[in-house]
Amino acid sequence: MLKFSTFSGGVHPKGNKNTHFYPTVRLDQFTKLRIPMSMHIGPPCECIVKPGDYVQVGQIIGNPTAAMAVPIHSSVSGTVKQVRREVASNGRSIEVVEIESDLKYTWHDSIKPPTITDQASFIQAIRDSGLVGLGGAGFPTYMKLQPPPGKEPDVLLINAAECEPYITADFRQCAEHPDEIIDGTMQVMKYMQISKAIIGVEDNKPLAAEVLRNEITKYFLAMNIKPKIKVVSLKTIYPQGAEKMLIYSLTKRAVPSGALPHDVGVLMLNVSTVRFISKYIKTGMPLVRKRVTLDGSGLNLPSNVNVPIGALIPDVIEAAGGLAEEAGKIIMGGSMMGVAVDRLDVSIIKHNNAILVFGKKEASIPDETQCIRCGRCITACPMHLMPTNLDIMARNKDFEGLKQYHVMDCIECGCCTYVCPAKRYLVQSIRNGKAYVRQQPAEEVSKK
Amino acid sequence: MMLQVSSSPHIRDNATSQRLMLDVIIALIPAVIASVWIFGAAAAIVIAVTTGTAVIFEYISRKVMKRYNSIADLSAVVTGLLLALNLPPTIPLWMAVTGSFIAIVVVKQMFGGIGHNFVNPAMAARVIMTISYPAAMTRWAVLERRIADSALLENSESIHAVATDLVSTATPLYLLQNNSDMPSYLDLFLGIKGGCLGEISIAALTIGIIYLVIRKVITLWLPLTYIGTVALITFAGGQDPLYHVLSGGLFLGAFFMATDYVTSPMTRKGKIIFGLGCGLITAIIRLFGGMTEGVSFSILFMNTLTPHIDRWTIPVPFGGGVKHAKG
Repeated sequence: MLKFSTFSGGVHPKGNKNTHFYPTVRLDQFTKLRIPMSMHIGPPCECIVKPGDYVQVGQIIGNPTAAMAVPIHSSVSGTVKQVRREVASNGRSIEVVEIESDLKYTWHDSIKPPTITDQASFIQAIRDSGLVGLGGAGFPTYMKLQPPPGKEPDVLLINAAECEPYITADFRQCAEHPDEIIDGTMQVMKYMQISKAIIGVEDNKPLAAEVLRNEITKYFLAMNIKPKIKVVSLKTIYPQGAEKMLIYSLTKRAVPSGALPHDVGVLMLNVSTVRFISKYIKTGMPLVRKRVTLDGSGLNLPSNVNVPIGALIPDVIEAAGGLAEEAGKIIMGGSMMGVAVDRLDVSIIKHNNAILVFGKKEASIPDETQCIRCGRCITACPMHLMPTNLDIMARNKDFEGLKQYHVMDCIECGCCTYVCPAKRYLVQSIRNGKAYVRQQPAEEVSKK
Repeated sequence: MMLQVSSSPHIRDNATSQRLMLDVIIALIPAVIASVWIFGAAAAIVIAVTTGTAVIFEYISRKVMKRYNSIADLSAVVTGLLLALNLPPTIPLWMAVTGSFIAIVVVKQMFGGIGHNFVNPAMAARVIMTISYPAAMTRWAVLERRIADSALLENSESIHAVATDLVSTATPLYLLQNNSDMPSYLDLFLGIKGGCLGEISIAALTIGIIYLVIRKVITLWLPLTYIGTVALITFAGGQDPLYHVLSGGLFLGAFFMATDYVTSPMTRKGKIIFGLGCGLITAIIRLFGGMTEGVSFSILFMNTLTPHIDRWTIPVPFGGGVKHAKG
């Protein structure tokens, strides 16, 4: 009997991996693109182009202003139409560059394979590539490659769990580019001086695991050395791909509250992130395209598409088959953690991995009822919190209670809200609770 | 185009509070059938009266308090059913209605309705009734023993022929305390003994329990700790533990009353503490108390401790949860 690695807690939403066997289709016919100057979790980039400028694929159009940011490149060749401020879906005001594509996709002169000789030049190249974690969080990858002294990771974990329902973009990545995934993994191991890597794949994607295992065997046979990378099957349970959960499942190391993977000697990258690294080292083309899964009851046909970053969601939907019915809800990202957008003229960004379009029925939100204290949220919470207590405390703005019940440990995975029979908006309420705690003076927060 | 905007997650499980209540009702059906079969029409009438009035009281009190109508969540039906199963078949109907009033209006709605009552409504009603109407609440009855064991097992037609007269009898626990002749284990398991409507047929309750566990409505941590503790302590006290487990309201209490979501702890550790406490109190009352029934009192007492148990058993967050780092 095979024992699959896992963590405790979690939920089993219906997989809905309808696009499993839909090879990625490259779509290029977008004439109007909007590239926001913030596609990472740090401060926004400074726009360096102005209306009328001619830009080409891979040309820098936004420069980072702080460490937690990476440059932003044009994904097409064409003319900058306008640069204006917009309200993003998170409520912040950001600069957006609108480009009219000439559909020629001519590469910028600066595009050439980076010269990498050591760790420093590797990290610099990753920064220049504009790479952020492609799993969904948007954390600048080059920052992950710089652990504080003494905390150098001894293992590289590749996240191919893809536990979100609907999304198959990473699965397609494994099926279509296993060679580049292995190459990217080896590059990271080489420059970061890590001697072993583990790729975690949920056991509902046996094909991905098989393809990667074959590739690993092939790669190391050719080099005539013992394989340094292994593929581990994980139990299919949401949120298996959450950073802390996956680290625990694969290594049994628990990342403490408020700590990062390097605190337990781990470097974790998404499978699409390492594949990009391989491709970037070969071509020098920065992060300008993204593979996204399109699915949901509102679409005519589900698909996996490869589109330029900045393509507008309605254009992408139209190019991929159009709407089956009037959309009730459009989600950037997965059904468990994605963000529902309030308008249509939103573009595909770097860490987008899915666009879900729900019809009216699927989009309807159940009414909240009274908590019956069934405890299902507690059983489901992968962080072992008490969501229903946090919910009440957040609503009552009970600062001491929120601290006592560890509100800041919540990873907002949505398991509690998913299982709640009373249909309470637990995550929403807990997010408010976290925001409330952040507003308090620092000394109050750290006081026990 | 109107787009729905809401906080993630955007998909929900099928489980609803109403469905959970329906599952409990389904799980109680075998016990209801068994009680009507054993006690006859009297049992059916008591069940109909408490369940009906529980729903009516729920409707009226919500209306009077100007709150939304909550009878659709089926929790009043569950309370009414559980109350009936905790009453003797000979209970005067007006007393049954009083019990239903206490459970729904006083214990449940006055504290805020579903999710807010601090003790189990049916259990509290039963205890108040036991104290208020001690004679009526302890007048146990069984069908006249014309249901010979042989007829029961061999010829099902004769069951329909048996009279449904109820005769007074003592409960097994009373018999145990007085060293009288006691029914066999099999009689206890099938329900050929004195007792309340629902607590007597362990066989029927077990069917319901299996259903609840399969449907993941309850976990077994609490009831098994509870029953195990009772067995252990009564054994240590020199009595037959199996007899204690099979008799009285222990099965009904442990699996259907103590596991009530609202009034029992939410964490696994809390459920075990709750089960231990219930078992300890039940066993002490049964071994040393003047009354035979420890189940109701123990559950009621532990209900009041539930908020404290929840506070003692806040789980340690994944990764230790020591820091409250900002951001």
